[in-house]
Amino acid sequence: MAEHVLNAEGLNCPLPILKAKKMLKTVPVGEVLEIRATDPGSVADFAAFCKQTGNELISSTKEGDVFKFEIKRT
Amino acid sequence: MLDSGELENAKSMSIIVTKGSLDWAYPPFILGTTAAAMDVEVTMFFTFYGLTLLKKDLNLKFTTLGNPAMEMPMMGGHMAMPNIVGMLPGVGAAAGTMMKNLIKKKGVASIEELREAAIESDIKMIACQMTLDLFEYSKDDMIDGIELGGAATYLETALKSDINLFI
Repeated sequence: MAEHVLNAEGLNCPLPILKAKKMLKTVPVGEVLEIRATDPGSVADFAAFCKQTGNELISSTKEGDVFKFEIKRT
Repeated sequence: MLDSGELENAKSMSIIVTKGSLDWAYPPFILGTTAAAMDVEVTMFFTFYGLTLLKKDLNLKFTTLGNPAMEMPMMGGHMAMPNIVGMLPGVGAAAGTMMKNLIKKKGVASIEELREAAIESDIKMIACQMTLDLFEYSKDDMIDGIELGGAATYLETALKSDINLFI
């Protein structure tokens, strides 16, 4: 289990991104934030978010109906 | 990850917000807050009916009138709303309540939440001075932290922005 976890299940665009950004600010540089979301659009959105902000998208996976993202703060 | 203010070559976006109904309030606030989350410097210029989105007391209305493309999901299907039905007393208010319930059910942010996020992420919000005068509002009717300005104020920002939207 990751140390920093954001549960964004049930939230729709753009809330998972907004909450992830807010929480990332509290994550020390080099550490990983795990995000769980159910919005199918979040797959493309977190990829774009990371590309633009320079944070590293370590993994983007799906477990059942839940999309899981691991983002390393840079 | 740096805050946008610390980036020398930060991207920037401006949005002219002209509409103040519940449905039209979404595009500018969604794009504005998301851009801010992506380290973009955002300026929102609220003019004409968009100005109501800065009022302390948000009571956004929704109408089916003049919106023939709208179809509400209902009992597994979709229901269109002919303009003549939308004109009946109470139908507009009922459609507004339906829309707000749908927004909640689908986990979509409320405009209040998005506006709060806009303030938290330091989006520059400018109220159109002329519209304040025209519709007889005072700055006291509006939320704190906004600036007042006119067309030239907006254009100065727009001329150096990477994205300029009119919504």
